[in-house]
Amino acid sequence: MSVSIETAQLREPHLPGEAGVWVFILGDMLIFALLFSVFVYYRSEDVQLFSHSQTTLNQTLGAINTLLMLSSSWFVALAIHSARKNLGQVSAKFFSLAFACGFGFIVVKFFEYREKLDAGFTIMTNDFYMYYFMLTGIHLIHVVIGMGVLMFLIATCRNPTLENDNVSVLESGASFWHMVDILWIVLFAIFYLLR
Amino acid sequence: MIQAAKHYISWIWVALIFATGLSWQFGHGLGFGDQYQYAAVAILIITFVKVHYVFLDFMELRTAPTALRLAFEAWAVIVCALLIFLYWSGL
Repeated sequence: MSVSIETAQLREPHLPGEAGVWVFILGDMLIFALLFSVFVYYRSEDVQLFSHSQTTLNQTLGAINTLLMLSSSWFVALAIHSARKNLGQVSAKFFSLAFACGFGFIVVKFFEYREKLDAGFTIMTNDFYMYYFMLTGIHLIHVVIGMGVLMFLIATCRNPTLENDNVSVLESGASFWHMVDILWIVLFAIFYLLR
Repeated sequence: MIQAAKHYISWIWVALIFATGLSWQFGHGLGFGDQYQYAAVAILIITFVKVHYVFLDFMELRTAPTALRLAFEAWAVIVCALLIFLYWSGL
């Protein structure tokens, strides 16, 4: 029965979660698109400074955080599929794993920021570091908010029976977390990898 | 849980990890040597291919209403093209 529900949902268009959440996500992503563009524009104005500053970043920590973000998104997607099969407890476990990955991301970011500050790099150092702290900081705020959302989702899917309305709430929160993942995927590329 | 993880999206996750490793290698000189500009374009394209699959399979836009899917796909294409253009203009 549960499999047939999921199959039916796949056959016809299905809006995951609330429409309002998607408007918010698209709006947030448009703002980040502007921030990405501003960063790459100013990079193109002073390639030498930005390239040199980039070499002082810890790429390994950036890569670890990328793996954590991708994994957390994967766990969230699995949680949603489990919730649709009315496997609330399994869903809660997957959301908890996603939460753990999010917490790991924050811990890694803490060490990364501390490493930079100890080495004397601050938001005032130069344009590269201004954008680095600003954009990764705004993203970090999204991660913290997302972890609050994940805690709420864990509580929601611990209900003995998951109703359709509950699943819609889970989908809304999951979509927000995936957006946080996507923003990091782009930030990792433009700050850590682009030379 | 292991049973639940036997889902096609687990393969998407494997592909995303592989793509991350590939873009890491491009960022460290794989294939393009000192011609960083080509590696940068490859990194940006891989990045937005990853974004595309997160949209379709994690955010489930593959089965979402067409208008919503198009809006997000357009975001990925436009931002990718814009970043490549801006990067290239600084060379």
